[in-house]
Amino acid sequence: MDYFFVALFVGMAFALVGGGLAISYLVAPNRPNKVKSQPYECGEHTVGPSWVHFNVGYYLFALLFLVFDVEAAFLYPWALVFREFGLIALFEVGIFIVILLFALVYAWKKGVLEWV
Amino acid sequence: MLDFLFGQLVATHATFDVVTLSDRTTQALAEDPWLAAGYALLGLAGVGGFLSLLGMALIYVERKVAAHFQCRLGPMRVGWHGMLQSVADAIKLLLKEDIIPDRADRVLFLIAPVFSIIATTLGLILIPMSPSLQVVDLNIGVIFISAVSSFGVLGILLAGWSSNNKWSLLGAMRAGAQFISYEISVTLSLLVVTLFAGSLQLSEIVQSQQDGWWIWRGHIVGLVAFFVFLIASTAELNRPPFDLPEAESELTGGFHTEYSGLRFSFFFLAEFINMFIASALAATLFLGGWMPFHIGGLHTFNGLMDLIPPGLWFAGKTTFIIFLIMWVRWTFPRLRVDQLMRLEWKFLLPVGFINLFAAATLVITKLYFFPW
Repeated sequence: MDYFFVALFVGMAFALVGGGLAISYLVAPNRPNKVKSQPYECGEHTVGPSWVHFNVGYYLFALLFLVFDVEAAFLYPWALVFREFGLIALFEVGIFIVILLFALVYAWKKGVLEWV
Repeated sequence: MLDFLFGQLVATHATFDVVTLSDRTTQALAEDPWLAAGYALLGLAGVGGFLSLLGMALIYVERKVAAHFQCRLGPMRVGWHGMLQSVADAIKLLLKEDIIPDRADRVLFLIAPVFSIIATTLGLILIPMSPSLQVVDLNIGVIFISAVSSFGVLGILLAGWSSNNKWSLLGAMRAGAQFISYEISVTLSLLVVTLFAGSLQLSEIVQSQQDGWWIWRGHIVGLVAFFVFLIASTAELNRPPFDLPEAESELTGGFHTEYSGLRFSFFFLAEFINMFIASALAATLFLGGWMPFHIGGLHTFNGLMDLIPPGLWFAGKTTFIIFLIMWVRWTFPRLRVDQLMRLEWKFLLPVGFINLFAAATLVITKLYFFPW
């Protein structure tokens, strides 16, 4: 039942956006012209395409994020049953996290964390 | 001790039974399908109305708070003290032309705001506003909210990329990088509360604060986790001082440069409701949500606190945190992108990990206040 409600509210979000846009479509003017539908660049003409290669820094941070996010997926169940397992759970996850933190230290030393 | 001073006014504090809208519907379904349908419709209308009204109210409050921080008056003309300013703005946005740039990727450009609104709605229905005012109470609540909020940044990335505008692309890329960086810190502070409460279900986390809120029961650990959560979720919301994805002075409008009319207002609405969700989540996890201020064992004091209804407690705490986030906005200048990354990866991340270990040690040694 809970997930049925989740699905129901996804539908509601669609209806909210769709309904709003439908009203807007009925009452708002629609007079496109060549100048109006140019990419906005504060009055300058756009030079070259916008879909270009971007800074590799974003990619490096995305890789680092992946490591720690997958780790978080392991930590949620651990946190949930932590009370029952106690000290052993702390040591095992401790080893796991320390290994991951080595990756962070390595990235730090390599200068990946400096934004260039 | 207080008991001794004040006498035994109220012997035991009230216990709260959580009944969600989903529970009510399930019960009604067996007896009267029409009643069940009525509940579902009431929920849909309620959340839809709440979403729109809260968005407008928050925009008004933001403008008023900003104005008073800068010794101005803010909106004053439309309605009493400008109360209807947001309504006027909403009507104006509805009447604006919806411009789609020639070079944009039309399909992605059109559906990007839907992603933001879906993420916002799904976050909103999980928030426990009082024992009887919650739409669904999933047993994976905390994970669900963080998963759904990452869905919202997908809308921003799509909007920026599909606009085919350099500023939009830069803004979207910054939003993505910022979101994934600070997501780790948010997760680490959510894990601290999960460790303390031993549950991911939001209503159970609230119930676990029966003897006191986690922000002070976990000694300093709870406090550190609270502040890490607050800083990191401000960054996730793209709010100043972390508003690099929109940075007006360098990127004009960032990811929503090309958006106009109602489609733009959906991004705006989602942003403000996300601020509410983040504040409500901080209140629920660290400040007890709708749970009144209790100190374990002091029955008289707890009984007196129970006189204030849970819904008011929730509203008060959430309003306080929203004000805190606005206060930060009008106090600090915007960070540079390298400062932003340094703050997360070299400060908040190590602090978060140390704090997580400290929390685990506290749970094992039962050194926090009022252990079971």
